[in-house]
Amino acid sequence: MTKVSMRVNGKAVTAEVEGRTLLVEALRGPLGLTGTHVGCDTSQCGACVVHVDGKAVKACTMFAAEAEGAEVTTIEGMANADGSLGVIQQAFQDHHGLQCGFCTPGMVMSAAALLKDNPKPSEAEIRHYLEGNICRCTGYHNIVKAIQAASGQDVAIAAE
Amino acid sequence: MPKDSGIGASPKRREDVRFLTGDGRYTDDINVAGQAYVHFLRSDVAHARIAGIDTSQAEGMPGVVRIFTGADFEAVGGIPCGWQITDRHGEVMQEPKHPVLAHGKVRHVGDPICAVVADTLAQARDAAEAIVLDLEELPAVIDMKEAVKDGATKVHDDLTGNLCYDWGFVEENRDAVDEAIKSAAHVTTLELVNNRLIANPMEPRVAVGQWEKGTGDYTLYTTSQNPHVIRLLMGAFVLGIPEHKLRVVAPDVGGGFGTKIFHYAEEAFCTFAAKECRRPVKWTSSRSEAFMSDAHGRDHVTKIELALDAENNFTAVRTETYANMGAYLSTFAPSVPTWLHGTLMAGNYRTPLIYVNVKAVFTNTVPVDAYRGAGRPEATFQLERVIDKAARELGVDPIELRRQNFITEFPYATPVAVEYDTGDYHATMDKLIEIADVAGFEARAEESRARGKLRGFGVNSYIEACGIAPSNLVGQLGARAGLYESATVRVNATGGLVVMTGSHSHGQGHETSFPQVVADMIGIPDDMIEIVHGDTANTPMGMGTYGSRSLAVGGSAIVRATEKIIAKAKKIAAHIMEASDQDIELKDGKFTVAGTDKELAWGDVTLAAYVPHNYPLAEMEPGLEETAFYDPNNFTYPSGAYACEVEVDPETGKVTIERFAAADDFGNVVNPMIVEGQVHGGIAQGVGQALLENCAYDENGQLISASYMDYAMPRADDLPMFTVDHSCQTPCTHNPLGVKGCGEAGAIASPPTVVNAVCDALQRAGKNVTHIDMPLSPARVWAAMQGAEPTMGAAQPAAGSAGSAEGRSLHGQG
Ligand code: FES
Ligand code: FES
Repeated sequence: MTKVSMRVNGKAVTAEVEGRTLLVEALRGPLGLTGTHVGCDTSQCGACVVHVDGKAVKACTMFAAEAEGAEVTTIEGMANADGSLGVIQQAFQDHHGLQCGFCTPGMVMSAAALLKDNPKPSEAEIRHYLEGNICRCTGYHNIVKAIQAASGQDVAIAAE
Repeated sequence: MPKDSGIGASPKRREDVRFLTGDGRYTDDINVAGQAYVHFLRSDVAHARIAGIDTSQAEGMPGVVRIFTGADFEAVGGIPCGWQITDRHGEVMQEPKHPVLAHGKVRHVGDPICAVVADTLAQARDAAEAIVLDLEELPAVIDMKEAVKDGATKVHDDLTGNLCYDWGFVEENRDAVDEAIKSAAHVTTLELVNNRLIANPMEPRVAVGQWEKGTGDYTLYTTSQNPHVIRLLMGAFVLGIPEHKLRVVAPDVGGGFGTKIFHYAEEAFCTFAAKECRRPVKWTSSRSEAFMSDAHGRDHVTKIELALDAENNFTAVRTETYANMGAYLSTFAPSVPTWLHGTLMAGNYRTPLIYVNVKAVFTNTVPVDAYRGAGRPEATFQLERVIDKAARELGVDPIELRRQNFITEFPYATPVAVEYDTGDYHATMDKLIEIADVAGFEARAEESRARGKLRGFGVNSYIEACGIAPSNLVGQLGARAGLYESATVRVNATGGLVVMTGSHSHGQGHETSFPQVVADMIGIPDDMIEIVHGDTANTPMGMGTYGSRSLAVGGSAIVRATEKIIAKAKKIAAHIMEASDQDIELKDGKFTVAGTDKELAWGDVTLAAYVPHNYPLAEMEPGLEETAFYDPNNFTYPSGAYACEVEVDPETGKVTIERFAAADDFGNVVNPMIVEGQVHGGIAQGVGQALLENCAYDENGQLISASYMDYAMPRADDLPMFTVDHSCQTPCTHNPLGVKGCGEAGAIASPPTVVNAVCDALQRAGKNVTHIDMPLSPARVWAAMQGAEPTMGAAQPAAGSAGSAEGRSLHGQG
C-alpha cells in the first residue's frame, strides 16, 4: 500500500492505495466519490471521465498513484458554488440529455472539456468528440442538443 | 400553448438533479459494513464435463473467506423459468435445471463454476487464479438446425434432445394457410436472421446480499427492473426464504432494456453466501462478465412466406423460426419467440390466414431472453422485410402495397388471437411522409450521386403489443405470474402525497411523469407528489417495468388508487360542508358544493382525515391512504410508420444514416419530452442492430464479441438527429389514461427501415440485392454489391407516394 495525495474538487485528500489501484477505484472507494462510474473494463465507455490537471481523462486508464499531486475534478465538483446546477448540467436537464444517468457524469465531464477547447462546436464536432463516451439510453440526440445549448447556441427546448 | 404541469406537460425531470451532480445511488454505490467480495470463476469453454475442481491452494490465500462450488448448492433450487410453453402436440416444453453454480457440466462460456469470497475483490481474483480446473471438453452445440438433428450432442444429458419445444400457432389454421399459399397468385419468400444482441445497459449488474443474525432477515440490493419478482422467484423457488424475511431493493438502476428483468444466479449466490459467510457479500459485474452472463436477445433464424392474390391483397403468411434459448431457460425466455412474437405476425395488415411455427433450441451459448421489444422486433422485421421484397417483385410502390392492406376498422380481431382496440395506420403513414420530406428524396439522391454515394429510402409500418397484460389470459398461455400492477397512494395530513408504485424506473423518468397524472386528477402542483419505487419494504407487490407497461398498467393503478382517495376525500368534504357527497366537486385543489359558493381547500380535508375532530367517524375510518391493483383487460397496441435515408459508399460498403423519421401513435401522452427521449433511444438501439451490433460465437462456442472492442455499440457519430412525431393519437380504449406505451417502438420499427433503405440504395445503383443479414457491416454490404446481379437500376416506385392526409391525423388531445 502506498499513500497518494491529490486535490479533488479543490480539496486536499490522501488515500491508501495498492500499486494496481486505478484512479477510478480510489475515487469511488476510499475517497467516497461515487459519481464517477465504471461501465467497462476496456477503457471504451467513458462513464469514468474526470479532469486531471484540466484535461479529460478516463479514470480507469490511470493508476491512482499516478495522480500524486494532481488537481482532479469529478462530477461532484461541477455544480455552482451555491449548489445550483452548472451551465452544462443545467443544459442536460433542460434538453433531457440523460435517462438512466449512468453515462451522464462522464458525458458532462467530456462536454466540459470539449467546450473549453471549442466554445462553439458544430453538431458534427460534438458527435466526433463524444466518440469515447457511450450512452445506451438517449440515442445522443438530446445530448448533442444539450451541449450546443450549453455553448450558447440556439436550440429549441426539448419537446416543444 | 404547451401546458406547464400535469398531463401533456414536459416538466424537467426531477431525478436529473441527483444524476447530474453525482448524487445518484446505484447498487455499486452501496457498501455494507463488513462486506466481502465475490469473484466468479467462469468457464472459458462452451461445453465440458467438470472432472475436477482443486481449490486447495486457493483456500489458503490471503483474505479468502470461502470458496463455493456447485456441490454447495445441491440442496437449493435451480434458477426458475417463469413461463411454460405447450407445444403443437400438447406436450409441455423441456425444462432443464439451471443450477446457481455449474454442477457436473459447464454449458456455455461464462457459466460460473466456483465463487471465491474474500475480503477484497483483488484477493478474490487472485485466489480464483490459483484454482485448478479439470474440464473434459465436449463438442459444442452452436448451430440450431444441427442441434435438433438426430444424434446431435446434447446440451442437457437428461433431456430427450436439444429441442425445447415445437410450437405451432394457430395450429388449426395450418392446413388452410398451406392451401392459401399453394393457390396464391404470388408468393414472396425470404430467409433471414435476426442477429443475437446484448442489451448492454451502461450500468453492469451488481448484487449485495446481507443477512441479519439477530432477526434472520435477508436483504438483497440488486440492479433489477422488478424487485418483487426477484423476491418471489429467489425466495420461493431457489433459496426457500419466505417473502416476509426477504427484502429486495433496486435503487437507481442504470438502464435495463429487458436484461435486468430476469433472476440471475449471482443474486441468489450473494444472498445465500451472506448467511453462509456471516458477512454481506457483494458482486459487481465487469463488462467482460456482462457479455457472458447477462441474458442475450433475439437470435432467430426464420423463413417467411407472404402470399398475395392477383390484386396484391395479402392472403396468407407462413413462418418457420428457429429460436435460440441458449444453455438454460432464462426467466421469460420461452414466451419471447411464442406469445410475444406469433401474436404480432398480423402486423398492421388484414392478412386473413397466418401460421407461425417456432422451434426453440438449446445450444451451448448464454441464455437468450427479452431485450427491448422482445419478440415484436423479430415479428416486425420479418413482415416488413418480406413486404418490401414483395413490392419489388411485383413492381409496386411499397408504401401503396402497405396502405392497400392496412387494417382500417377497429376493434380488429387478428387471426393470431389478439384484438387491436384502436389505431390509424394511414394517419401515421401520412404524417411520416410529411416529416420525412419524402417529396424531397429524389433531389437528395441526386446530390448524393454527385458526391459518388448511393442514397436509398426505406419505410415500414409497425404494430406492437404493450402493457402486458391480462393475468387470466397470460395464465392460460403459460405464464407463471400475474401481470397486474400496484400502487399505494398515501396522503399526508398537510396535503402532500406519496405514491408507492410496483413499477420501477431505470431511466424512464417515473419520478417526474407519474406525479403529473396525480397532480392533474387533484389539481395540485406536481411537486406535492413524491414517487417511491424499487424497494419491496415500502411498495406494494408489483410486477415491475418491462414491455412498455409502466404507464399503461402501473399508471392505471395509480389512477385507480387516486380515484379511491378522491372519493373518500369528497365524503370528508361533504361532512364538513354539510352537503351530499354527490354534490362535491374537486377542481384545482379545491372542494366545492355544486350550486353554492362553499369551498374547502385540499389541505383542509387531508388534515381532517388525520385530525378527525369534525369527521363522520361512524361511517368512515380516519386516514387517507388507498391501494389499487390494476389488471388490464387487453394489451395496448402502439403503432406507427418509420422512414430512413441511407448513403452507401460504393467503394467500402459503409452505410451512413442520413435522415431518420418516426411517426408514432402512442395514444395519449403524459410527458412529450420523455416520450421523445424513449423513441430516440429505441431508434439508436434499432439502428445499432441493423448496422453495428452482433453477438458472435465461433463454431467452438467461443464468444468472440465479449468487449466493446468487438461488440460495436452505436456511438454519437454513428447517428443523425432524429425527426420524431407523436401527434397521431388514437387513445387506448381500455385503460383510464388512454395510453399505449412508448419504450420499445424505436427498437421494433428501426431495423427493417434501415435494411429496406440499404437494399433500395443498392437496387437504385443497379445491384439486385434483395436482402442482407444484419448487421449491415461494410464488409457484408460490399460483398453483397460485388455478388449482385445487375438490375436496370430501377427504383422501387417508392418515394413521392401519393395518399391524402386529409382528415386522418388526429392532433393531440385538443
Ligand atoms: S470505465 Fe473507463 S472507459 Fe469505461
Ligand atoms: S443516460 Fe443511460 S446510458 Fe446514457
